[in-house]
Amino acid sequence: MTYTPVLDVDDVTKSYPGEPPVRALRGVTLAIGQGELVGIVGPSGSGKTTLLQLMGTLDRPTSGRVRITGLDVATMADDDVAYLRATRIGFIFQQFFLNEHATVLDNVADGLLYAGIPLRQRRQRAIDALELVGLGERRGARPTQLSGGQRQRVAIARALVGQPAIVLADEPTGNLDQATGQSILALIDQLHQAGSTIVVITHDHAIAERMTRKVEILDGHIVADTGPAAGTDLRLRPLEAS
Amino acid sequence: MTSTATLPRRRLQLSDLARLSSVGLRTRKLRAGLCALGIAIGVASIVAVLGLSASSEAGLLNEINLLGTNLLTVSNGQSFTGGTAELPTTAPAMIGRISGVQQVQTTGTVSGANAYRNPYIPSGNTNALAVQAASLDLLPVVATSVAQGRYLNAASAQEPVAVLGAAAAQRLGIVRIYPGERIWVGGQWFYVAGILRPAVLVSAIDSSVLVGYPAAEKYLGFDAHPSTIYLRARNDRVNAVDDLLAATANPENPSGVNVSQPSSALVAQADAKSALNGLFLGLGAVALLVGAVGVANIMIISVLERRSEIGLRRALGATRGDIRTQFLSEAVLLGLLGGAVGVALGAASTAVYAYTKGWATVIPTEAWAGGFAASVIIGAVAGLMPALRAARLSPTQALWAV
Repeated sequence: MTYTPVLDVDDVTKSYPGEPPVRALRGVTLAIGQGELVGIVGPSGSGKTTLLQLMGTLDRPTSGRVRITGLDVATMADDDVAYLRATRIGFIFQQFFLNEHATVLDNVADGLLYAGIPLRQRRQRAIDALELVGLGERRGARPTQLSGGQRQRVAIARALVGQPAIVLADEPTGNLDQATGQSILALIDQLHQAGSTIVVITHDHAIAERMTRKVEILDGHIVADTGPAAGTDLRLRPLEAS
Repeated sequence: MTSTATLPRRRLQLSDLARLSSVGLRTRKLRAGLCALGIAIGVASIVAVLGLSASSEAGLLNEINLLGTNLLTVSNGQSFTGGTAELPTTAPAMIGRISGVQQVQTTGTVSGANAYRNPYIPSGNTNALAVQAASLDLLPVVATSVAQGRYLNAASAQEPVAVLGAAAAQRLGIVRIYPGERIWVGGQWFYVAGILRPAVLVSAIDSSVLVGYPAAEKYLGFDAHPSTIYLRARNDRVNAVDDLLAATANPENPSGVNVSQPSSALVAQADAKSALNGLFLGLGAVALLVGAVGVANIMIISVLERRSEIGLRRALGATRGDIRTQFLSEAVLLGLLGGAVGVALGAASTAVYAYTKGWATVIPTEAWAGGFAASVIIGAVAGLMPALRAARLSPTQALWAV
C-alpha cells in the first residue's frame, strides 16, 4: 500500500497583503501520517500559526496545495471545506473558547453541531468523549465552575467528539501552569496511544521534544524534521463513513 | 491522490437553529428585553389605536342594530313650484301593501299650531317645538317608548290630549306627569298624557308634541295629510322596498317625496375614522422605526462581542450561511418577541377600555397579524446587515485577532 498522508502540505506559501507583503510561509512541504503525534515548534513570527490555519482549512494558501485525507482543499467550495472541518478536523485552542452559558456536555456536543448529527446522538457521543478525557462526572457543570486544566480537557473532548482524522492544537498549554500543562500533555500522549493523529503547535522546544516527531519552523521555512517515528504505520486507514 | 470532492451538504436542523438563535436572548436578557421593548411599544400603540376604533365602531353599530336598520321614512318634499308637496292621505295604506313592509305609522305636522306651557307665554317663544298628529302604534316603529304616563289610544286620540317627546318635555319644563297637567296648544288646553324616551333613530319625534289625528282635525284645523310615514320592512327586503316607496307614496309626483333610512346616516357616522387615529398610527410607526434601529444597533454590538464565538463555530464546521442564518434568526426572534409583547399590550389596553365603555372588544385581524408581521420584517431587515457582517468575518481573524 502506498503512503497516503492524512495531512499533506505541498510547497505552500502564504503572503499577507501589505507594503511590502508579509511572507509568512515560503514554501512548506509536510506530510503527516495516520496516528502520528507531531510537534511543530518555532518562535513567534516563524509562521507556525499560519501553518496551523492552512492545515485547518481556516484559510487558503497563496500557492501550493493542502490535502486533508486526500481531498484537495483548493478545489473545494467553501461550504464543502466547512463540512470537512466539521467531520475530519478537530481544533484545540490556547484560549479554550468554551461557551460559558452552556453545560460542559453541550459544549462538547457542539463539536458535532455542524456535522448534521441529531442532538440526542451528539450528546451520547459527547458523554463518551468526556469519559475519554476524564471529565465524565462534570458533564452538567458550567465551564466557569471548572479549573483551567479541566476547561482545556473539555475543549479537547470537543475536538475529539467527531473522531476527526486529525486534531490540531494551538499552544494547548499556553494558558495553563506548569503542572496542569504536563497533565494536558500526558492526556494528548494518551490519546495518541489510542490512535488519534495530533499536531501540536508550540513555541516551547521542551514540549515539542515530547512528541514522537518534531518539526522546527523558522521564517516560513521548515528547518528541521525528525521524520515519522520508527515503526509508525503511516498508511491511511479507511475512514469511517461520516 | 487528489479527488475533487463533493461532500454531502447538510443544513442545521430547525431545533438546533432555534437553540442557536435564542443564545443571545437567553444570555443577555436585559439587553434583549429593552431592545424588544422599542418594537413592543410601536406595535402596542398601533394595535391599540386600531382596536379601540374598531371596538367603538362595533359598539355604535351594535346600538344601531338594536334599534333596527330596517326603518325607512317617507316625508313630503317640495313641489315644482317650491311649495310643500303633500303626501296623499292614501299613501300609508298604499305603502302597507308593498311586499315586505311590516308596519306603517305616520305623523302629520299641524301647520300653524304651536305649543306653550301656558297661555301667557309670548307667542314668539315656540321653543322650536312641532305639533304633530301621530298614529296610534308609532312608538315601536320609531324605536322609542313611554318614559312616563301613557301614549295616545283610540279614545284619547279623539280628545285634546298630547304626548311629549323627550326634548319637548324638557323645553316645556315638564319632568313629571300628574293628573290635570296641561299645556296650551293652538289656542286651547291639551292634557299631557305621557312623556317619551329619546328616539335615537328619529330625533324629530323628540322635539314634537304629539296629538291624535282626530283631535288635530277637530281642535287644530289639521288637514289630515301625513307629512312623514315611518315604516319597518323585512330585513331582506329593505332595499327593494326603498326603491318602490317614492312611486307608491305619491304616484302622481314621485319626485316630491323624500325617502331615507335613518340608520344609514348613523352607520356612516360610526364609520368615520377619527383624524386622531392617523396621528397615533404615525406615532406608532415612528416607535417601530426607532425599535428597528435599536435591533440593528444591538445586533451589530452582538456580532462584535461574539467574534470568537463566530470563529469557533467556523472552526467547528459552520458555513458562512450557518452564521448568517444564526444571527438573522436571532434578530427576527427579537422582533417577534417585541411583536408578541406589543400585540398583547395593545389587545389588553383595548380590552380594558372597551370594557369600561361597555363595548365588545374587537381587535381587527389586520391589526394583530399586521403587528406580528411588521415586527418580524423589522427584525429581519434590521438584522440583515449585522448578519452579513458576521458571515463575512474570516475565521482566522475572528479567532486570532487580539
